[in-house]
Amino acid sequence: MKRVGVFVCHCGTNIGAVVDCPQVAEKAMDFPGVVYSVDYKYMCSEPGQEMIKKAVQEHRLDRVVVASCSPRMHERTFQRCVEGAGLNSYFVEMANIREHCSWVHAGEPEKATEKAMDLVKMAVAKVVKNKPLQKATIPVTDRALVIGGGIAGIQAALDIANAGHVVDIVEKEPSIGGKMAQIDKTFPTLDCSACILTPKMVEAASHPNINLLTYSEVEKVEGFVGNFDVTIKKKARSVNMDVCTGCGLCMEKCPKKVDSEFELKMSKRRAIYTPFPQAIPNKPVIDRENCTYFNTGKCGICSKVCPAGAVDYTQEDEYLTRRYGAIVVAIGFELFDYSVIGEYGYGKYPDVITGLHFERLVNASGPTLGKIKRPSDHKEPKNVVFIKCVGSRDPAKGKSYCSKACCMYTAKHATLVREKIKDSNIYIFYMDVRTPGKGYDEFYNRTREQYGANYIRGRVSKIYQQGERLIVRGEDTLLGRPVEIEADLVVLATAMVAQPGAGQLAQKLGIGYDKDHFYTEAHPKLAPVETHTQGVYLAGACQGPKDIPESVAQASAAAAKVCGLLSKREMLTEPIVSEVNESICAGCGMCVAICPYKAIELKTISERIQGQTVERQVASVNGGLCQGCGACTVACRSAALNLKHFTDQQILAEVNALCL
Amino acid sequence: MSVNEVTWQPKILVFACNWCTYAGADLTGLSRLQYPATVRILRVPCSGRINPQFVLKAFQKGVDAVLVAGCHPGDCHYTTGNYFTRRRFLIMRRLMEYVGLEPERLQARWISAAEAPKFQQVITEISEQIRALGPNRKLRDEEWKI
Amino acid sequence: MKYAYFPGCSLATTGREYDMSTKEIAEVLGIELWEIPDWNCCGASSAHLTDYRLALALPARNMAIAEEAGLDVAIPCAACYARSKAVEAAVTSSEETREEIEEIIERKYSGKSKAKALLDIMANDVPESLITKQVVNPLKGIRAACYYGCLLVRPLNTGFDDPEDPRSMDKLIKVLGGETVDWAYKTECCGASHPTTKRGVGFQMLDRILANAKEAGANCLVTACPLCLNNLDMRQGQVEKAYQKKYGLPVYYFTELMGLAFGIEPAKLGLNKHFVDAMPLVQEVLKLKSGRESA
Repeated sequence: MKRVGVFVCHCGTNIGAVVDCPQVAEKAMDFPGVVYSVDYKYMCSEPGQEMIKKAVQEHRLDRVVVASCSPRMHERTFQRCVEGAGLNSYFVEMANIREHCSWVHAGEPEKATEKAMDLVKMAVAKVVKNKPLQKATIPVTDRALVIGGGIAGIQAALDIANAGHVVDIVEKEPSIGGKMAQIDKTFPTLDCSACILTPKMVEAASHPNINLLTYSEVEKVEGFVGNFDVTIKKKARSVNMDVCTGCGLCMEKCPKKVDSEFELKMSKRRAIYTPFPQAIPNKPVIDRENCTYFNTGKCGICSKVCPAGAVDYTQEDEYLTRRYGAIVVAIGFELFDYSVIGEYGYGKYPDVITGLHFERLVNASGPTLGKIKRPSDHKEPKNVVFIKCVGSRDPAKGKSYCSKACCMYTAKHATLVREKIKDSNIYIFYMDVRTPGKGYDEFYNRTREQYGANYIRGRVSKIYQQGERLIVRGEDTLLGRPVEIEADLVVLATAMVAQPGAGQLAQKLGIGYDKDHFYTEAHPKLAPVETHTQGVYLAGACQGPKDIPESVAQASAAAAKVCGLLSKREMLTEPIVSEVNESICAGCGMCVAICPYKAIELKTISERIQGQTVERQVASVNGGLCQGCGACTVACRSAALNLKHFTDQQILAEVNALCL
Repeated sequence: MSVNEVTWQPKILVFACNWCTYAGADLTGLSRLQYPATVRILRVPCSGRINPQFVLKAFQKGVDAVLVAGCHPGDCHYTTGNYFTRRRFLIMRRLMEYVGLEPERLQARWISAAEAPKFQQVITEISEQIRALGPNRKLRDEEWKI
Repeated sequence: MKYAYFPGCSLATTGREYDMSTKEIAEVLGIELWEIPDWNCCGASSAHLTDYRLALALPARNMAIAEEAGLDVAIPCAACYARSKAVEAAVTSSEETREEIEEIIERKYSGKSKAKALLDIMANDVPESLITKQVVNPLKGIRAACYYGCLLVRPLNTGFDDPEDPRSMDKLIKVLGGETVDWAYKTECCGASHPTTKRGVGFQMLDRILANAKEAGANCLVTACPLCLNNLDMRQGQVEKAYQKKYGLPVYYFTELMGLAFGIEPAKLGLNKHFVDAMPLVQEVLKLKSGRESA
């Protein structure tokens, strides 16, 4: 028989003024297992806690019930208290006779007292069935993985590396830099994007704690927090990175020209290439799909001209598996494909371009060397129309959400046009102008007042070619009249959408994503960088549309979380997890499907039954991944699964106690 | 324990998830919102932890009504737990109807940690409903005394 | 293939050529058109300006007769099609509306019989091979601006073609051996009754369509709507005069061009009934053909 002690708290008058505490304490002596009970003014106070400790020793108590406030308030306090008395910290239960009793039944002291007795009875019934639980420790591997080498990934990696941890960045493209590398200037300061990004790229590449794995992708993720085993596919570069000096001769001599992805097909690159001149690492790859040698077996010029002998056509994809303690996902975004929108011409008019195209057109190292020329005839445009919310806030044809950065970059584009083409006219069609951010609204106002951009509130219903010009027809909803503008160039602020492979990567990592394939944070307010999978964190636009400052801030936040995790060699795991009674588990796998944390898998065990060895499958819970929700216990047909500390037996005992 | 019709008071068991409804009930207390002393709250980590067996057992042991309460759909601390609860509840409720128990005796509500007035209102409503219905005679084990 | 045929009021009057040519090509293609007995006006724009139920009940009656015969309805006129499609959508989406309409027309109409635009039937239902087989005069020399008008492919989700950039007629003309031009005014409004009542508004709308077609390099316009043709053809001279321009663009029904390609005598198709002379281009097609044959 267990020896339970009951401690009834008055909480000053909070409880004592309504509930007859001495009577509750007296009644508690009748409950099975209770050998000692007492009431006191403030149980949580120092003398109150001392009182419990002393009682445990004097009365040889092995279970404690504290009838006081909500366990959400003081459960940890009393757990530490009984621990101090030499008991397992899970040997204490609380009866909530304040929030759930005295405070809500203030006018009915008798009924409140009766209820308090019931609550104590339930707690006693539960506590006698409490099992000692120990927080387990799992080792933490002091190495982090950052997936995605854009500004968010680079920032996260730098912060983690500067704190003294080793970081690998996996980037699918041949160079790190991401979308920010394609951008010309940044709002609201009009800083040159490359000027602030490239130093960070260099810093990441030269940092002793950072390893760059470019032209690589995550293939498989196994394990759990502190111990992720990640298989990374290093795509064959066809260039030996150790030997290549990055002289660029091969790129000069390669005869095969291909549309440049970095320049959005507005200029050419070679089949052996770096995406852009400041690429990091600044060593080329061979695009095997387009390379003449790989297609016909002839050519081989790059190999012949390479002074270092670095070109290696026989290179194969390499797979490496490393163990990581934490993972930051920073795979960024893609742009909405506006060619699905008929009113803007289904992508068939060459002078209807996206904002990112514009960034390249206005960039000094871009295809036009920074002169704004329209793609069709390379003439300088005079009338430039910008259309915002292309695919954003448009559930019928695009996405229902606001892409957040477009209002500001459109304002930026407008100022850049006005600065470079003095006699230009700017027309901006908008639904709303959203500029929450430091210095953002001021920038927008400058665009209108100083730069004279014409903001037209309304949607464009049609764009069509008439001769050399584009006719943009829309509505000015403020003036309530149709508008028609003869434009030379139309720039669409296309929505930010999730990366095409975002869903697949989420499945590999076991993290959630929303209807638009943006990753789901663990809590929208209080855990915005965590995911539901412990040890996996989010940074940047893969979690939702973001501008650069926000991406950087979230990256640093994710890095802080990673550093917190990696700063210890071991981490404690919560012992309230599911456990399997293998002898009655039928191995049906229902629990495997229901677990939101992928914490359960089937394993094979062998047993001796009537002299024969039989193999069968049973469920196996990974305590590192299990969060203790208990969904599996209900799904289990044979009741082989049970949640520690909230077992079927404990809950039923409480139900019984309530009714007796 | 046998039940006496004269002194009978409804006894309602609330299974409350730790993250939303239990916290909502705490807030009800902090806000000093009053409700009938007919309920006893049993804390579970997630509404998805509530086994239909617990509910049946409660009725068998003489509880007059059971309220299953958890986070709003989409707000579950464990992402999906309350979706399972919702499905299980709908089946449970049909079972209750099938065996002839008044469906009002088994209810489910989504009450967030911020919805103290809702908690108060739900408990008050259910208490009134059950008071009007009278004691649970159908499923209880023991004798009914007059 | 058999369809119920709802010619509508226009095809008996201003759009006679559309009716004539439709019947001719249907015969060649072996499509049986069963004219709905005792059909009534679809209500056009007058009915739905007057009363919502009336606007649904009028076309519903025609559709109900077709449903009794178990046939889908072939509708040449774009406005008739739009009204008939509207009632089909209304009864299939709401049980309540269906009951109400059935009570008014004193017939059953479940929406099982579908309203189909004649263009949809020719471009999508009739196998391309069947059409190709019948082509004896390929439409060489025709550079058509296919004009769908504002009703035929709208609203979104009910139509048979892309509402922003429809292509079914273009496809059909190409199958017949003609060329089509890519132009911007495919689905712009022709002005409907404005050219009659408010010339300043209506003529401007017509002028833009004609100008854009001409600029795109078309030598004719092709339509699937009797009112569109009426405006573009009959009013073209007036528009030219009003804006001091010269277009000279003949306007055809797509069915006339099909008939021409199938070798049907132009007079039987009503090609001699146009205001802007439609015959020179027809003669050119025929001349090009005989030229090829003698060569």
